Amino acid sequence: MGRYVIRRLLQMIPVFIGATLLIFLMVNVMGDPIAGLCGDRQCDPATATQLRKEFGLDKPVWQQYATYMGNVFTGDFGTAFNGQEVTELMSSAFPVTVRLTIVAVLFEVVIGITLGVVTGLRRGRPVDTGVLLVTLVVISVPTFVTGLLLQLLLGVKWGWISPSVSSEAPFDELIVPGLVLASVSLAYVTRLTRTSIAENRRADYVRTAVAKGLPRRRVITRHLLRNSLIPVVTFIGTDIGALMGGAIVTERIFNIHGVGFQLYQGILRQNTQTVVGFVTVLVLVFLVANLLVDLLYAVLDPRIRYA
Amino acid sequence: MRGATHARWAVCATAAALAATACGGGGDGGDSGGGDGSGIVSSSWGDPQNPLEPANTNEVQGGKVLDMVFRGLKRYDAETGEAKDMLAEKIETSDSQNFTVTVKDGWTFSNGEAVTAKSFVDAWNYGASLKNNQKNAYFFGYIDGYDKVHPEDGGKQTADTLSGLKVTGDRTFTIKLNQKFSTFPDTLGYAAFAPLPKAFFDDHAAWLKKPVGNGPYAVDSYAKGSVMKLRTWDDYPGDDKAENGGVDLKVYTDNNTAYTDLMAGNLDLVDDVPASQLKNAKSDLGDRYINTPAGIIQTLAFPFYDKNWGKDGMEKVRTGLSMAIDRKQITETIFQKTRTPATDWTSPVLGEDGGFKEGLCGDACEYDPKKAKQLIEDGGGLPGGQVKISYNADTGSHKEWVDAVCNSINNALGNDKACVGNPVGTFADFRNQITQSKMSGPFRAGWQMDYPLIQNFLQPLYYTNASSNDGKWSSKEFDTLVDKANAETDQAKAVDLFQQAEEVLRDDMGAIPLWYQNGSAGYSDRISDVALNPFSLPVYNEIKVS
Repeated sequence: MGRYVIRRLLQMIPVFIGATLLIFLMVNVMGDPIAGLCGDRQCDPATATQLRKEFGLDKPVWQQYATYMGNVFTGDFGTAFNGQEVTELMSSAFPVTVRLTIVAVLFEVVIGITLGVVTGLRRGRPVDTGVLLVTLVVISVPTFVTGLLLQLLLGVKWGWISPSVSSEAPFDELIVPGLVLASVSLAYVTRLTRTSIAENRRADYVRTAVAKGLPRRRVITRHLLRNSLIPVVTFIGTDIGALMGGAIVTERIFNIHGVGFQLYQGILRQNTQTVVGFVTVLVLVFLVANLLVDLLYAVLDPRIRYA
Repeated sequence: MRGATHARWAVCATAAALAATACGGGGDGGDSGGGDGSGIVSSSWGDPQNPLEPANTNEVQGGKVLDMVFRGLKRYDAETGEAKDMLAEKIETSDSQNFTVTVKDGWTFSNGEAVTAKSFVDAWNYGASLKNNQKNAYFFGYIDGYDKVHPEDGGKQTADTLSGLKVTGDRTFTIKLNQKFSTFPDTLGYAAFAPLPKAFFDDHAAWLKKPVGNGPYAVDSYAKGSVMKLRTWDDYPGDDKAENGGVDLKVYTDNNTAYTDLMAGNLDLVDDVPASQLKNAKSDLGDRYINTPAGIIQTLAFPFYDKNWGKDGMEKVRTGLSMAIDRKQITETIFQKTRTPATDWTSPVLGEDGGFKEGLCGDACEYDPKKAKQLIEDGGGLPGGQVKISYNADTGSHKEWVDAVCNSINNALGNDKACVGNPVGTFADFRNQITQSKMSGPFRAGWQMDYPLIQNFLQPLYYTNASSNDGKWSSKEFDTLVDKANAETDQAKAVDLFQQAEEVLRDDMGAIPLWYQNGSAGYSDRISDVALNPFSLPVYNEIKVS
């Protein structure tokens, strides 16, 4: 187990370097960011040169990357164009997005798996058909439509919630945005669980458990669900990264000042430091989430062992 | 409260498709505060792009804060745009080149420090100095010694202070310019010329976290990227004291969300009504929607460095293109009258006396498809048979109007391939292509005035090699007239000379004027006395909270 974890951690290094390099190059390809700083007029050349020097943009790309990575390992993620340290931006943005992600994942786990189990056990019944239909609609409607719709209905028309989230972004204000963010994944989790349950319901070990005379509840939770959850856990695990990085749309609709907001602004302003910094952390989150998923397999299914 | 009627239809349709939700009823929003002048106004805001220093802020979001926190020697009247003395007791000159400034007595910064002549001189020296990376440094370019503290060619800076600035007393200082510039005092209302307290120089980082100025508001707290709380400074010595208790500037990433928040009664003031909501704003807000002229003009510039566009005879093609654009229809249908068809190269906010001259462009800006076609043919046709209008696609919904302009040109020429839009991904990339002279056809050019002077609409944009002369248009005649106008001490004569220069620009069609832009804003029923100044900034200190 220990060796497996170490091997996985070592594998992260090339992935990490490759991913950051790619992002770094991509942002660089977009061109010189200094020109965008002076509004609809030309930056005076002397100031522009000076700024380029200060942000290290006058050096060749490989050297910029090397310096950047060197700094990252000492915890210095550089400075954004507005003079703020990127670490400072992160410390304000990540907690917000993490909270949003927690809400979203909770929705996926609680609602998604419950619906999945219910429909999986009642395959072909009206409940099953109804839920399938609803998930189909949710999957096919883009997030921004769901978001704007809920915002207008609940926020403006009925006045149940405030249409935008305050800058502190406490959990209770994030419930609706979290639901919107989770909606599509939630539908997938439901369908995934349903299929998995329906399939395993006819498996030998379930029949054995029933034959042993175990109570129905125990058969479902201990035997059926545990084995059916493996694909669902994989999905939710990888989804954590996707939810954190992909919250741009939701964060914009509800005015949440999280990672999506910083990334969006960073890209618009071609701020390499911000974009690469945030994406680097997101890459790390992705890698760690994946590792945790793989380790969870062993917990869920004792037949899987890591040497 | 009235809801967003049009949006509601869309929502109902979608909702019906989703879960057959019934539509009807309306939310109830809006909380009320006290009417004793202590109510707080909440207003939409965008994250400033640059550090919040007076000489480093060149966009409207940072400008909003500076406008509340600072007062300079002059201040532009919120209604007329006229430059009036604020901290200046008097600014005297006998030759339009040497000025003596006397600062009014009794002004302090909100931390108690007195505003003296030194506060100004130190601030200006800081702003001009190359090593401080101030993006508005060129504003000090008229002051003698600028070339030493800010060598344009990238050479080494040989002085730290401007030799043209001298403190001669506690409240007096002299300014020596490197050329005659009669209206120079009127430029001093620009934020870059604000005074700075000692705290700015002593502990710069702390100052940036919580700027200290001498305006009617003081920064109470500032959470970067999310909210800035400004509160009325009780001991403010000026006569434009705030009528409210303070302003909360909330950062919105999407102006649609800000508008929704306004509709829900969550926000008091939106000073940037999204283009998609302009249609509904009038019915949603009634007289709480304001739409007033601002000192902004949109034009199409041409790459004169490209031999296809710069060669002689092309002025006919450029004039032809101008006449092929149906400005009236586009401003009415796409912009819902938040733009006015341009008939000169300045802005109505200048007023007649200030140099705005309606109809100066004459026939060249009138829609006349027949004549347009004729002129373009006379000029040798479009280079390469097609014009591509470049614009940045990331902000400002430029696509809609560029497509409309192209449509108009295509209709006039009877050729549906005569004009196409050429979107550029990001603003920075767009600016890069411009500054590196890589444009091969006309491109979007917008200009928001720095100060309400006709000089500001002409010199930076069309003078040979001027800082914002993006198309590199050049005319000796124009330059001479501008120089003459700057040296002229009589305002009426100066304006006349500037207008002559503008006629030179017209005859060569150095840039096609499209429309004057208005500022638009919407506000909640909690607040009243809301107005936008000619810079399209809300006049916060006059807002009353009921």
